[in-house]
Amino acid sequence: MIEFSNYDILRNLLFATQWTILLSLAAFIGGTTVALVLTAMRLSRNSAMQRIVKIYVELFQGTPLLMQMFLCFFGLSMLGYEISAWSAAILSLTFFTSAFLVEIWRGCIDTLPKGQWEASRCLGLSFLQTLRFIILPQAIRVATAPTVGFSVQVIKGTALASVIGFVELTKVGTMLNNATFEPFKIFTLVALIYFVLCYPLSLYSKHLEKKFNVSR
Amino acid sequence: MLYFSDLLQYSDVFLSGLKTTVELTVLTTILGVILGTVCATVRQYGNRASQRVVSVYVELIRNTPFIVQLFFIFFGLPALGMMLTPWQASMIALTINLGAYSAEIIRAGLASISKGQVEAAKVLGLNFRQTLTRVIFIPAFEKIYPALTSQCIIVMLGSAVISQISVQDLTYAANLVQSRNFRAFESYFVTALLYLGLSILLRVAFNALGKRLFAYRTSH
Repeated sequence: MIEFSNYDILRNLLFATQWTILLSLAAFIGGTTVALVLTAMRLSRNSAMQRIVKIYVELFQGTPLLMQMFLCFFGLSMLGYEISAWSAAILSLTFFTSAFLVEIWRGCIDTLPKGQWEASRCLGLSFLQTLRFIILPQAIRVATAPTVGFSVQVIKGTALASVIGFVELTKVGTMLNNATFEPFKIFTLVALIYFVLCYPLSLYSKHLEKKFNVSR
Repeated sequence: MLYFSDLLQYSDVFLSGLKTTVELTVLTTILGVILGTVCATVRQYGNRASQRVVSVYVELIRNTPFIVQLFFIFFGLPALGMMLTPWQASMIALTINLGAYSAEIIRAGLASISKGQVEAAKVLGLNFRQTLTRVIFIPAFEKIYPALTSQCIIVMLGSAVISQISVQDLTYAANLVQSRNFRAFESYFVTALLYLGLSILLRVAFNALGKRLFAYRTSH
């Protein structure tokens, strides 16, 4: 049996943290990209498109992230599509992230007065021009704080990837626990590392919110 | 090909899993909101030291994943001599988790009650208890009711994780069935739909409850 010193434990956990960060970044980038497309679909006048977005949000907000991961990982491979734990985790986290972001952004765009759309139309701006020059610059200002706040949920969501066998912080924590039988120490460290990752983002989000409220 | 009919013979497994999930959800929603209300009250009206204790608790829970909290309680606490069954550990973890989130939400509601409203109640001769319930808590809860109930639904969905410490909930049932008949996609798909149904049902129930709780608005 290999002995694990405190240094070994911390070193392994920090090494695994890289994968948590990488997975979070990939999921966040994937999620924002899909959410942008969905937001555009929702703003379009096409009622079929709007309905698709509504169903998408309902499906992925109304089912557990863990179940989505199981479906992507075990479900798809049973149907004959070979998929790695890494791709399954990114895929399901992208669904999860985009479903929440599209709702958050919807709230932000809805706070802008409707008259602006009408005024732009009167001034002869097209739909895309209105979006690009009138709506987006204002909506982005409103949306930054809640989006940063939601990135905390994405980081915490990546912990579930450990269940389908992706080796990140939580998974290494359970592996080390199985080797050392020191659950109290190890899970305290794991929780602390997550806290160090998430808390600055929470603080930054709060700061942005305050800044925005003052300037308004 | 998909064979959903292979799941039929396991319907009792799914049903008993569903029952566990519903039981835990109802229990932890009630306990979590009570914990959250207490913490929010302390954070809004308590002294400095108690405010700080509550905010450390809230921030610690809100910035760490639920699965790590669960493992900490289930694997970590026994090392300190506190033995817990998987069911007890998940109930504690879910309550603590919802408590922190709802504390933050309810505090926002309490903060939105203006001082003038409380002073007005005093002038009108309402006693302490009446002021607390009718002037502070009911209006505060009404404001944050949508946010609070959707957080309860998020915690219900998050409870899928407790299958990892072998609580026999809905997700555990799905895992059990797919390990018996290898119909992973069908099993997880049906389970996902059951969770979806549960979250829609919960939302409908919360809306109906909200109409009753805040009926005073429309009654005059």
